Amino acid sequence: MLLITCPYCEETLPEAEFAYAGQAHVIRPENPSGQSDEQWEEFLFIRENPKGPHFERWRHLHGCGRFFNAVRDTVSDKFLTTYRAGAPRPDLASLGGDAK
Amino acid sequence: MSGNRVAGKGRVDVGKSVRFTFDGKPFVGLKGDTVSSALLANGVHLMGRSFKYHRPRGPVAAGSEEPNALIGTRRGPGRFEPNTRATVQEIWQGLETTSQNKYPSLKWDIGAVNDAAYMLFSAGFYYKTFMWPKSFWHRVYEPFIRAAAGLGVSPTEEDPDTYASRFLHCDVLVVGAGPAGLAAARAAAVDGLKVVLVDENAEVGGSLLSEPQALVDGQRAWDWLAAEVEALKAAGVRIMTRTTAIGYYHQNMIGMVERLTDHLSDLPADTPRERMWRVRAKRVVLAQGALEKPLVFHGNDCPGVMLAGSAQTYLNRYGVLVGQRPVILTSHDSAWFAAFDLADAGAQVQAIVDTRESVRDDLLAEAGKRGIRLKIGHTATATKGRLRVTSLRVNPVTDGKVGAGYVIGCDAVLMSGGWTPSLHLFSHTRGSLAWDEDLTTFLPKDTPENCVIAGASRGLWGVEAVLNDGADKGRAVAADLGGTGGETACSVASDRTGTGVSHTELPTDLNPGKAKAFVDYQNDVTAKDLRLAVREGMRSIEHVKRYTTNGMATDQGKMSNINGLNIAADALGKKQPQVGLTTFRPPYTPTSFGAFAGYHRGAHFEVTRKTRIDGWAEENGAVFEPVGQWRRAWHFPKPGEDMDTAVRRECVATRQSVGIFDASTLGKIEVVGPDAVEFMNRMYTNPWTKLAPGRCRYGLLCGDDGFIRDDGVIGRLTTDRFHVTTTTGGAARVLNMMEDYLQTEWPDLNVWLTSTTEQWATIALNGPKAAALLAPLVEGVDLTDEAFPHMSCVECTVAGMPARLFRVSFTGEIGFEVNVPAPRGRTLWEVLWEAGRQYDICAYGTETMHVLRAEKGYIIVGQDTDGTVTPKDAGLDWAVGKSKPDFVGKRGMARPDLTSEGRKQLVGLLTEDHSRLEEGAQIVFDPTQALPMTMVGHVTSSYHSDAVGRPIALALVEGGHGRMGETVHIPMPDRTIAAKITPMVFVDPDNARLKI
Repeated sequence: MLLITCPYCEETLPEAEFAYAGQAHVIRPENPSGQSDEQWEEFLFIRENPKGPHFERWRHLHGCGRFFNAVRDTVSDKFLTTYRAGAPRPDLASLGGDAK
Repeated sequence: MSGNRVAGKGRVDVGKSVRFTFDGKPFVGLKGDTVSSALLANGVHLMGRSFKYHRPRGPVAAGSEEPNALIGTRRGPGRFEPNTRATVQEIWQGLETTSQNKYPSLKWDIGAVNDAAYMLFSAGFYYKTFMWPKSFWHRVYEPFIRAAAGLGVSPTEEDPDTYASRFLHCDVLVVGAGPAGLAAARAAAVDGLKVVLVDENAEVGGSLLSEPQALVDGQRAWDWLAAEVEALKAAGVRIMTRTTAIGYYHQNMIGMVERLTDHLSDLPADTPRERMWRVRAKRVVLAQGALEKPLVFHGNDCPGVMLAGSAQTYLNRYGVLVGQRPVILTSHDSAWFAAFDLADAGAQVQAIVDTRESVRDDLLAEAGKRGIRLKIGHTATATKGRLRVTSLRVNPVTDGKVGAGYVIGCDAVLMSGGWTPSLHLFSHTRGSLAWDEDLTTFLPKDTPENCVIAGASRGLWGVEAVLNDGADKGRAVAADLGGTGGETACSVASDRTGTGVSHTELPTDLNPGKAKAFVDYQNDVTAKDLRLAVREGMRSIEHVKRYTTNGMATDQGKMSNINGLNIAADALGKKQPQVGLTTFRPPYTPTSFGAFAGYHRGAHFEVTRKTRIDGWAEENGAVFEPVGQWRRAWHFPKPGEDMDTAVRRECVATRQSVGIFDASTLGKIEVVGPDAVEFMNRMYTNPWTKLAPGRCRYGLLCGDDGFIRDDGVIGRLTTDRFHVTTTTGGAARVLNMMEDYLQTEWPDLNVWLTSTTEQWATIALNGPKAAALLAPLVEGVDLTDEAFPHMSCVECTVAGMPARLFRVSFTGEIGFEVNVPAPRGRTLWEVLWEAGRQYDICAYGTETMHVLRAEKGYIIVGQDTDGTVTPKDAGLDWAVGKSKPDFVGKRGMARPDLTSEGRKQLVGLLTEDHSRLEEGAQIVFDPTQALPMTMVGHVTSSYHSDAVGRPIALALVEGGHGRMGETVHIPMPDRTIAAKITPMVFVDPDNARLKI
């Protein structure tokens, strides 16, 4: 079971308290009706599948209930960092660890 | 004492005899014995039959790596456990054990004909032998394979035992309480660090239990051990025995199973049989030791052929001589010490056969002192004996040439092919391995987890080296955690260090194609099978493993993996590291389902949510159905009624007078705040701005893909407060979706979301008399069409309780939903029930609710929709606020595929022959077309309807909205049913019945 740090609770807690919520930084367009079919397809369906650091969302479902972002290495399954929703993407180089 | 028990040897209690049975025959062992040590003490080697060839087998090992001696253990009704390793199961007074894989008896097993048909069952035989004729697979081959294969027989009764589970947090977890683990725990237990030491055996000590001759700092090994255990306890180390670390999971979480009662004759009250521990350790020290490898030669599976180190264990730990006239067959120094121990205990050691060309002088001298015949530079080519080995054929090997063989009579062959570090848990961490050419084995290299490896499991040999390495590692992890260890190195006299060489199959002068030289005993995989797999094109070790099943048995390749790798690498003409090792996976040893299930069984398997009115329903004969996690009243049959009759009665009563229904499970979400209406406008398809406080609206929720996700009636209580209802099963999902958009897309909106499902008890009254029944109980509002029209809501008082009253209908009749604080739900229900007697009030369940809503064409999300249905497909276009600039799903609905012609659309169906369709049945336009027919939709809902006078159905049909009046066909196994497409509303399309 993974240990995940909730950036709102500022506590490291077992995975069972959290729910995965898909890729992070997929921003719903300001005016969806102005989007072309291709743009809307991109927003709805097209996702990264990296081998390595992955920006993703989690929700502290059985805790504070907040959605937050995380960088998890899909090779080692380690969390490199977690940060609040709305915060900018962290610089991978600064995370060290397994991030390459 | 039996002839094989040696006085003064072993840790068993000679004063306490224990009676048990094996295959119905009584045996006597001693307290401290395992089933296998007790049977060996009684001269019994034959303990099982092999999996494929049904060959007679005895124990090869003395520990949890045992592949052969698998038995069933029984403790009265329901307590039967198959595939228990006889080498691990401790005996207790009254234990019943049975052998497996034999018929009619262990000594005469009819399945052994497979052994004669050896050539038929070679590698990949499943894929080759049972190919033809095709029709034989179902009727002949599969039943035969299923009956003949498999280990043991699973019990059929419910397990009467209980199983527990616990969490444990510690600074240092040490796995394995041999010398390395003991020393590591001792060194780490400083400065208040919380240390846990775990071992799968009944007592700690590991290899020290088999090496009493060692002198640690001048103390005899067992005296040192006893003192060490006391010192560990004094240092606060938690010692857990009979506890197996089964798996190493992410971030230093280790799963451990503690066996609490399997060794006891009397079961203590209220004690679980096993306890699953989930341990989170800051640091882990893996000190799992090493496992001895068998040698691979023809007949190496005959009962009486076993590992030399295990024979040493049986002697020193249990006081049992496994043979009076053993032959030692080895490629490693360690077996020489086993020979000396057995000889000193009175065994007539027939010979030491060593495959190496030269052996250490001191070993030769010790053997000479005992007058043991030596066969250096020899190979073994066969054993004789059916149920017990009677002789070993050995041959000299000169310059790689195998000379003439000769036979040495014996009653046991004690072999050693060297030792393999136990890397199972390390492998679970995805740790990388490095090939060590000198040791001919893999050693641990890097791991992503916070763990270190100590002792024999990283290739060290000898008590002194292992003890000091353990202490070093213990100190290192303590220092890592801020502790300061101060242990000094210890010295060990009479230590048994040694080296050896590794082999593929031993060289032979016999036809290797006919050799039954076993690599994996449990799965009956021979060296020939592995070479055949390579010849047939398997190149990856993973393919060789799966084709031959080498290492796939319950022992997870503990004995077979390295021998199998050596042979496969040889066949491939590659070095071992180029071939690679298959991955060890959890659990380390077979683990009972009970341990995994823990408390989650029976009623505790899953949460059962009950409403406050559930008790009334139960007292009044309700039949229940599960809906999501809820248990809901399905129907209320009267004595003698079947479900159809009860549902018809409930439907008629509701449409004629009044029905009462527990709707408390409806999901409820309170949406509050200055921006509540804007939030609702963005989430739901409907427009909300103009909905006045005190009014309700049917709300439709879509995903951004444009498909229906959920629906429900939503009341606006005040300008900034909405009472949202969701489907019963969708409540959590909808709240999650709302939170997601609110938190991450629209954090600027000032809205608060609260789940209120369980705060309200909701009672629905439906029927022409509903208003008359309810009106006298309501304070603050007149239940008239003028004052409180359909789709109104109000906060008022009902029967003296604060209430939220909704005038809504899911039946097409005049309807009210009364929400009161949940604890008062049953009281309100009983008040309404009493008040309703004059109207012959009828309680109805979910089935009647389904029928009544289907008659009105009201959909159930998840039944009539399947995640690919748009509002338009469902005929709910009217609920979409097209003039709103945006809402979740608006852009999605405009996608080309969602606006194209020929989509499946929700319609009504009436069968021509008045038969009731099956829900899920497929629909075709032309029943005469060739198979496979083109399916154009399916039936989503189907009920008998008294109001319509015939069965009705809802269905998704391609282009259905444009096919009103057309006939479609539903092919069933026995006939094809014709049905006419109709509008979805079967009853009261003008909604006249909604008026008071």
